[in-house]
Amino acid sequence: MQKTKVVKKKSPRDKAGFRLFLLSLPFLAGILIFSYLPLAGWSYSFFNYKPGKALLDCEFVGFKWFIAPFNNPVLREQFVRVMRNTLGINLLYMATMILPMIFAMFLMEIRWKGYRKLVQTLTTIPNFISWVLVYAAFFALFSTEGLLNNILVGAGVLTTPTNFLTTTSHMWLKMLGYHLWKGLGWGAIVYISAITSIDSEIYEAANIDGAGRFQKMWHITTPHLIPTFFVMFVLQIGNIINNGIDQYLVFSNAMTQDYIEVLDLYVYRYGLQQGNISYATAVGMWKSLISVLLVFVANTLSKKIRGSSIF
Amino acid sequence: MARNKKEDESRSVEQRTWRDHIVDIVICLIFGIFTIICIYPFYYIFINTISDNSLVATGRISFIPRGIHFANYVKVLSLKELPGAAVVSLARTVLGTIFTIICAAFPAYCFSREEYWHKKIFYRFVIITMYFSAGVIPTFLTYRTIGIYDTFWVYILPCCVTPFNLILVKTYMESLPQSLEESAEIDGAGYMVRFMRIVMPLCKPILATIAVFSAVGQWNNWMDTVLYTKNRDLQTLQYVLYRYLKEANTLAEIARENPEMMAEMDPATMLSPLTIKYTVCIVTILPILVVYPFFQKYFVKGMMVGAVKG
Repeated sequence: MQKTKVVKKKSPRDKAGFRLFLLSLPFLAGILIFSYLPLAGWSYSFFNYKPGKALLDCEFVGFKWFIAPFNNPVLREQFVRVMRNTLGINLLYMATMILPMIFAMFLMEIRWKGYRKLVQTLTTIPNFISWVLVYAAFFALFSTEGLLNNILVGAGVLTTPTNFLTTTSHMWLKMLGYHLWKGLGWGAIVYISAITSIDSEIYEAANIDGAGRFQKMWHITTPHLIPTFFVMFVLQIGNIINNGIDQYLVFSNAMTQDYIEVLDLYVYRYGLQQGNISYATAVGMWKSLISVLLVFVANTLSKKIRGSSIF
Repeated sequence: MARNKKEDESRSVEQRTWRDHIVDIVICLIFGIFTIICIYPFYYIFINTISDNSLVATGRISFIPRGIHFANYVKVLSLKELPGAAVVSLARTVLGTIFTIICAAFPAYCFSREEYWHKKIFYRFVIITMYFSAGVIPTFLTYRTIGIYDTFWVYILPCCVTPFNLILVKTYMESLPQSLEESAEIDGAGYMVRFMRIVMPLCKPILATIAVFSAVGQWNNWMDTVLYTKNRDLQTLQYVLYRYLKEANTLAEIARENPEMMAEMDPATMLSPLTIKYTVCIVTILPILVVYPFFQKYFVKGMMVGAVKG
């Protein structure tokens, strides 16, 4: 008796819930197609896939492509180089992650509000343009016909113009420079809003105690910003082998390729440009697996140190 | 705002020495220099597009435009691939944004209702996709299999399934007062009516933020053109710029194909490949710069919701 009562009570609600499910079904189908279906593409890495043939007509090679970067001397050399670039550039990025915080702290020291707003507005613009436009900006400055060459040749320092975009020295530092140029102002925003939410009474108390400007920055502002910085830093650990392709594709050319070819770009070149789909998929899978692992490591780290997980 | 004001007042009370003033000036100067570094490249490109082309070719325009003319813009717009690319860019920006908004708002509404059928399971099914990615090559293979490779839809459809947007909207919807929807429910309004008439209008602020980010993302995206299209008709402005910057002399050839157009120009306004690149660059960046001041508050808000969820 009681049981039927419960069922009766739940039934219209269940029906409504099922209707909601049906209404969201197209979206769920989209998730299935665009996020889960590509996983089936991983099967290509177990075959010797030749474009134009059906997958099952191709030779099954097991884990050949997965161990290829370690066994084949040529591929191993490439793989080591690519991994060195990937990790080197990303570690440089991580080493400079403190800069947006410092940027925000000093920006808030500017008393003239109009100027502060202007700086903030203009320095965040580069974040909203594509890497192609970033490349265009540096192309205008550093290419053979660019500003720097005009100045140097005009001043007699150089006799013939050099294309600074194809010189290979300090390539990682240059990539870091482009990265900071684009992201520094934007990265500071989260810290700026953290600073404005610090209780001003703390500063007032410090004033009464006779604390100077830098003492306040060091003893009040910094400790308030460190938790935010920590979250950003831990998130970056999960991304340490992800670079994206954009930045590296626009800045790469025949000269610089050896120094800036990162994992994502390597996969693209092998898979879509040279047509070695199976090998590229295997390398991509390595990347995906290590990434997921790193995300878990980062999360565990965060739990241990801060007592709260970030995901 | 009030807190800011208070803080400023409290700071002005403190005694200021000449040392403080020097530190102030140094800080302002350093930020001034960085700001100029961020903006100057585009100023430089811009003055080079409107200055006398023969001066540009000899590299004599660095700070002040000279011999101002707009012939470069007129000519660039008459290039045959550029209007098409502009249309594609515009279409993907508008359509992509509309689709993104709908595909974020409606599923978010569904998942914001407690009675959703096996809510926990399906919500996890959606959210977990944020933490893995099959990679470029399997994605490429999938697009080819389902037939959106090398079509316009490759720009639109993949952006519609962004769990991150869904979380943002869902969280916002759950913070709305429940009573409004309940009263409509009692009046017999179904899910669609309640979503369209009550929930959507209340969600305008968060949807506006997502729309602005999606529009900028769509306008700026060129990697999908590189990876998932072949057809020249599908190229966007960004991609055209990419090609122009990379293929140094493509445009000189195009100009050579139209000698009658070139013949009636005097040498001073003759197009050099460099000025074409610069002009395409300005055409591509202009929409961003024009809308940026109006939408700045949305950008900042977007960063904040992102940080809270992150």
